[in-house]
Amino acid sequence: MGVFKMPSLGADMEDGKLVEWLVEPGDTVKRGDVVAVVETQKGAIEIEIFEDGVVERIDAALGATLPVGAPLAVIRREGEPEAVAPADVREPEPAPVTKPAKPVATPPSVVTEAGEFPASPAARAQAAELGLDLSGLKGTGPAGAVVLADVERAGEGARKPAKQGLDFAAMRDAIAAAMTRSKQEIPHYYLDHDIDLQAAEDWRRARNADCAPADRILMGALLVKAAALAAVNVKGMNGQYRDRFEPSETVNAGMAVALRGGGLIAPAIMDAAGLSLDQLMEAMRDLVARSRAGRLKGSEMTEGTITISSLGETGVDGMTGVIYPPQVALVAFGTPRPVPRVVGAAVVPRTCVRVTLSADHRVSDGRRGAKFLKQIDTLLQRPEEL
Amino acid sequence: MTNDDIKVAFLEELIKVAPDIDPADVGGNDQLQDDLELDSMDFLTLVTALHKRLGVNIPEEHYLRIETLDKAVAYLSERMA
Repeated sequence: MGVFKMPSLGADMEDGKLVEWLVEPGDTVKRGDVVAVVETQKGAIEIEIFEDGVVERIDAALGATLPVGAPLAVIRREGEPEAVAPADVREPEPAPVTKPAKPVATPPSVVTEAGEFPASPAARAQAAELGLDLSGLKGTGPAGAVVLADVERAGEGARKPAKQGLDFAAMRDAIAAAMTRSKQEIPHYYLDHDIDLQAAEDWRRARNADCAPADRILMGALLVKAAALAAVNVKGMNGQYRDRFEPSETVNAGMAVALRGGGLIAPAIMDAAGLSLDQLMEAMRDLVARSRAGRLKGSEMTEGTITISSLGETGVDGMTGVIYPPQVALVAFGTPRPVPRVVGAAVVPRTCVRVTLSADHRVSDGRRGAKFLKQIDTLLQRPEEL
Repeated sequence: MTNDDIKVAFLEELIKVAPDIDPADVGGNDQLQDDLELDSMDFLTLVTALHKRLGVNIPEEHYLRIETLDKAVAYLSERMA
């Protein structure tokens, strides 16, 4: 029997709220199947199962906020006998289902923890649910404490929680925690390089001119592909650092997606180096759409091996990024723009892009980082081969 | 198709791309990328949806002509005439 547990969907995740079961006892599941949906600070995440088998029992009730590692279900592996007597005999008891994990609501209560405002636990929980700041409420309880009724009154006119269960204050906290950890633990070094993108841009434009919109490719796809290929070739950029560096064979490229209303999410494109440009476009389109809708998979949140961030077509020249732990490198492409550039003996206008590498000194140094950026440059000079 | 029909269609497709935008908040002169924060991928997804819905294939050179709601309605109505 395997116990399917609440997964950790990021270094900073402590608990998650179970909002949907997609399987029931008796269902056959395969490794990688999405079996449940958990709401986290990063929105609703589809969680996958990591073994084949049959769902023997569901242990966690919908709506429960459970810590990482809490048992969610029991999976019977192929060939294992069905659970015998002990588990089933006391069926009448409503199973061990709802151990209402911990004092139920420690909801991502960003705002409520902020101050020392006297308030009842129910009021705190409700305020967190509604995204209300307790300090802004007038309390009618003992000693001016905020009670549930106060929160509910305030809640009537207050903003609804953001769509799709996204709580931007909670997400900001998650970003702050991850980035603080990064800056404390990772000895960053940075390298800049200006790449002449004219060849890539000319090639892309010519290719797109004959294409219906659905088949067009964005410069972003070329940049991701080039960086992913370079990450395969130059060691020390691709992998995860847990106690020591664990290099990865495949490049799962985290793609930073900025959300309206603030917030950022960086789900991974699995095996980006192995995808054609068309497949990469499809994967990027899909990831952006699901990031906006708040429907990403657990593996996409945790299995990134490098982040490749592109500032798009209307942004600024460059960005020096903060590595997303446990990864060890982040590549940031600025907005491609025309600049005067020396080609041969002449100064000519060329479309160029600044690429900035943030990398981890525990794993690599400047020379290797430079090799990596130069390789991206070289690959972008032959866009037709990407 | 009247300009109003085009406007409705454009807004519907815009909201599909960016479900967190309230159509009532979209001003005629709002820049899709700067003001409404569509990224390059969102923009291409919108262009793809307009192609499918209205049959207008908007080439990359014309992207600036649909950078706001008002401009887009004018452009699309011209192309559909």
